[in-house]
Parts: sequence; structure tokens; C-alpha cells
Amino acid sequence: MTRGARVAEWVVLYALSVAVALAISSVIVEATGGDWWPVLEALVDGSIKASGRWGETLGVAAPLLLVALGTVISAKAGLINIGQEGQLLMGAAFAVFFSFRIGGPGPLNVVLLLLFGALGGAVWASAAGLLRYWRGVPEVLSTLLLVFVAIQAVGYGLKWQWLLLADEASRGNRNLVSEQLAKNNRIPRPDIFGNEFPITVYVALALALAVAYVLARTVWGFRLRMLGHNPRAAQRSGVSSTVYGATALAIGGAFAGLAGAAMFAGGGFSFGNYRLVPGFSDNIGWTGLLVALMARERALPAVVAAFVFAMLRTGAGFVNSTGVESRITDVVQGLLVLALLVPPAVVFLRDRRRARAAATERV
Amino acid sequence: MLIDFFSAVGDVLSSESTYINGALFAALLAFAATGEWVAERSGTLNISVEGMLLSGAFAGALGYHLADSVAVGLVFGAFGGLIIAVVQAQMSHRLTADQFVVGLTLNILIVGLTGFLDREIDPRADRASTVEIPVLVDIPLFGQALFGEPWPFYLLYGLVPLSWWLVYRTRWGLELRAAGENPQSADVSGIDVNLRRRQSIYYAGLTSGLGGAYFLFAQIAAFDDSIIRGQGFIAIAAVIFGGWTLWGTMGGCVVFAGALSFQLSLQGLGYELNTELLQALPYLVTIGTMAIFARRVRSPAALAQPFIRGLK
Repeated sequence: MTRGARVAEWVVLYALSVAVALAISSVIVEATGGDWWPVLEALVDGSIKASGRWGETLGVAAPLLLVALGTVISAKAGLINIGQEGQLLMGAAFAVFFSFRIGGPGPLNVVLLLLFGALGGAVWASAAGLLRYWRGVPEVLSTLLLVFVAIQAVGYGLKWQWLLLADEASRGNRNLVSEQLAKNNRIPRPDIFGNEFPITVYVALALALAVAYVLARTVWGFRLRMLGHNPRAAQRSGVSSTVYGATALAIGGAFAGLAGAAMFAGGGFSFGNYRLVPGFSDNIGWTGLLVALMARERALPAVVAAFVFAMLRTGAGFVNSTGVESRITDVVQGLLVLALLVPPAVVFLRDRRRARAAATERV
Repeated sequence: MLIDFFSAVGDVLSSESTYINGALFAALLAFAATGEWVAERSGTLNISVEGMLLSGAFAGALGYHLADSVAVGLVFGAFGGLIIAVVQAQMSHRLTADQFVVGLTLNILIVGLTGFLDREIDPRADRASTVEIPVLVDIPLFGQALFGEPWPFYLLYGLVPLSWWLVYRTRWGLELRAAGENPQSADVSGIDVNLRRRQSIYYAGLTSGLGGAYFLFAQIAAFDDSIIRGQGFIAIAAVIFGGWTLWGTMGGCVVFAGALSFQLSLQGLGYELNTELLQALPYLVTIGTMAIFARRVRSPAALAQPFIRGLK
């Protein structure tokens, strides 16, 4: 098949899958007595068209992208980390602890806060790494279970003033809430064409380029990929699976933790308004994992995927006004992910079948 | 203070309601964990158990809403779980999509879908009637909890032995375990590995769906998209905790449900225990058990590894 035909085939397959996903969503909406077009319009309005909305969407896309980049790194080393939700929450908690209980000098504060967040995520992911390489516990299971431990640990922290809880004066009549980050310690949100978003968006983009470069063009990235493709061969040629694997897990966690810290200090749509509250992570970790997997574990496609997922999230806010329950966006999102999984699998299976047929003919 | 606390623990341990509550949660976990155990023995790991439970609970409510019968509700529930299982199985063991992505996506999708449909349809449900087994129900402490339950509870007494028999005493079960231990060899000896894996996931879907519907009829009697709240993940933890044996898995269900019920009863008496610690307990205990036994208790050798013929 020529290259052009292959590309055309991919485009057709993807278009078809997305169309099917949207068709199913429309059937669900129409069957329950709603109208589908207004929902779709509201989604586009809420995510891009209405004033100030694409900035909002970028603000959501940044943490998603950060989480996804971490996932890409650990996945390249052949590790299945599915605990980003917990690592993100831990990152946010570390950032909160740093900003209210330790504190740094003036402008350095924001940077240190982000680094502490990354540290928190790395610590949490390293717990899974330790269990993997010291006790032989599969990281799939430990990272998953640690998510729920993290949720409870942060809930516990929010009960004690020496940990995360705000003092009585600043928490008002709310329970389980941290202090609000002071204005001068927040991540700047410059205004561009009536849209404002935290500058962590640029950081996330730069990191995406960096991750793509490191994985493709450096010795370290090569060794990591070697470990992922064939652990035994990697081991024989001197790549320690313990050192590289544990590092990859820790870096993956650090990215998720950084995302948590950036959500806390960057503000924006539904991110707790510069406070840590229970449920703060709000599925960003899970969704970020999906972003990475939808981008098929590559850094640059993850940028696009992160934006698409962020659109569904910010668009959801506008759906309610159409009289259709906004939970429908979760459904649309889920169906879209499932649909986008189909084309690569179909092509992969067909190519294999052809190759096998060719191989048997030759014999 | 400490003496007070210990007397409270005594009160909790000697009160029947602790055991009744414990049995309620343990049964929910056991329905899901039994199926998940079967599925994991074939080498699959279904995070979508959570979604299957929720789907089962919603379908159960829908069934009751339509037919005014708990039995119909349970059948609907089992099918609700099966639908999720079919998507999970076809996507990850016919097409080659990653099973974790599919599972996670399904979980998110189902929370959204059931929440959406619940607002739009608002199905009403009711409690199942309680059946007491004479004589046995009079056993002190445990009697009521084990033999005086809403009738769907008793399905477990058939389901668990049935699962054991299927996995250990039938050809199907042997092939299923072969698919979980060494898919390459199983394939060479003529077993359709991915077919067995799909079937095992269907089984998990049926039992989990049933479990979700059971929980709806036994406890809440009204659907809400937060009723399952992570119990599916605890069921997965129970399978791991049990070292991939059925009895160990059931033990995990009892221990984890017991901890939850213990905490609820203590709260009922006005004692604040560290709730976060207790809620994290199932996960911590499971991680701890794995850390201690991971090298000795063997998981199915091909657990969570996709099988594609010709690719190792």
C-alpha cells in the first residue's frame, strides 16, 4: 500500500469511529427526550467559541498534558503506572504543605512549590517502584491501590492544622479545607485576547517537546525504550532494570505531582480556587492517563489529545443550559475514547493477518 | 478513656448489627470478587468491575421499575454487568486495545451514563423481602447475618461453590487456567486463549452485575450513582489479597467488609475512630500482603498480559 493510501485509510477509520461514537451519544440524548444539536453546540461554545473559554480549556489541558507526559515516560520503560490520580493528589498536598508550613523567599516561592509538588508525586510513585523492585509486587496493582490510600491520606491531612488544614479564621464555616494561596504566590495568568490561563501551559508544552526529544534522541531515552521493548536484552547490555525502571516510575509520578501543584497554584475552572479540598484531583489523573494512552504513548500527539479532553471538560459547563443533564459529556468522552481505540487495533490485526498469510504462502 | 474505648469495641463486637452490616458489604464484595477471581485466573485484570457493579445496580433498579419484581431486577442487573463485560472483552481480547484503558474508560463512562439516565428516568426500587432460614437463624451473633438476609443473598451460597467447580473441575476451567498461566502453550495445544478470556470476563460481568443489583435491593433501595463508591476496586484487592485462590478471596471480602462495618458501628456508638485509616485499610492490607507474599504466592503467570498469537 502506498503511503498516501495508508494515511487516507487512517483518516477514514478515525472519522468513522468518531462518527459512530457521536451517533451513539446522540441516540442516548434523543431517546431520553433531549435535543442533540444544542448539546453539541454548547460543547463547542463552552470549550472554544464563547469569550474567554479557550483560555479556560488550555488551563485544563495543561495538567492533563503533564500527567500524560509522565505516563509516556513510564510506559516507554515497559511499566504500567495507573496511579496518576493518587500521585497528582499527593503532589498537590506536598505543594500545599510547602506553601503554608514551610514557605520560600518571595518570587522563588512558586517555583519551589511546583518542585515540591513534583517531589510529592515522585515519592508516591516511588513507593510503587520500591514494592516492584524490592518485593516483586506488580506495579499495575500497587499504583492502582495507592490511589485510594492517597485519597485517604490527604483526607487525613485536611483534618489536622499542622498538616494541611487551614486555621479557624481563614476556613470560615468550611471543614476539610486548606488555606487559600496568597495572590502574590500564585502562578501568573496573563490575559491574551480576552483569554487568561496560567503560564504553566507554556511549561507543559515545553516539557512535551523535551520529553519527545529525550526519548527519541538521547542515550538515556534509548536505554529506557530498550528496557520497554526487551527487558532481557536490555539487562544483558548493561541497562539495569531496577535503576532505569524505578527512575522512570519516579519521573512519571513527578509529572503527575507537578500537575497537581500546578492545578493548586494555577487556579481556573473547578480546581478548588487555590485551596486544597477533598476530591481536589477531580479525575484529572485518570483522564491524563487516558490522554497518554490515546496518544499511544507518544509525547507530541498527547498535546492534541490533552486539548480534546480538556474541551469536553470545559464544554460540559455549558451543556446544562440546554436542559440536558451535563453528565452526558462523561458519556461522550467515554465513547470517544473507546472509538479512538478501535482503528489502531483494526489496522494492527489486519496487517498481522496479511503478514501471516504471506509467511505461510512462502512455506 | 481507653477503658471506655475497649468497652465500646466490646459492644460493637457483641452487637448483631455489626455482623449484619458486615454480611451486607461482604456479600457485595463476594459477588464481584468471585467473578473477578475467575477472570483473573484466565490472565485478565478487569478494572471495569467497578463499572459492572454500578451498571448492575442501575439495571436492577430499571428492571424493578419496569416489572415490579426483585427477581426481574436481578436478571436485569446480571445483564447490566454483562453489557460492560462484553465491551471490555471484545475491545481488549478480540481487538487488542489495552485492557486498563478500556476498563478505566468504561468506569468513567458508566458513572456518567447511569447518572445521566438516573436523572432522566428516575427508576424506583424497593427492598427485597427477607427470608429467614429456621433454626440456623437463631445462632447467636452470626445467625441473623448469615441466615436471615434478603433473599438474593442466598444466591452466593450457590454461586461461590459453582465458580470453584467451574474453574477446578471442568474442562472449561482447565483451559481457562491454562490461558492464564501459559497462553503460548495453551494456544499450541488448541485452546482459543482469547475466547476463554472473553468468556471469563462475561462470567465476571454476570456475577458483578448480580452483586450490584443485590446491593441495591438489600440496602439502599434507590439508585444513586455513588452507591458503589470504589467497592469494585476493593473486590479486586480481595482477589489479590487472597493470593488468587477462591477461599482466600472470600476471606479478603470478609476481612475488608468487617473493617468497614466495624467502623460504621463504632461511629454509631459515637466513637470517632480514624476513619481515613480504616477506609485505606483494605488497600494497605492488600499492598502489605503482596509485599510479604508476592514472591511466594504466585499470581497467574500471564496475569494482565495480552495474548496475541505469534507475539511473546
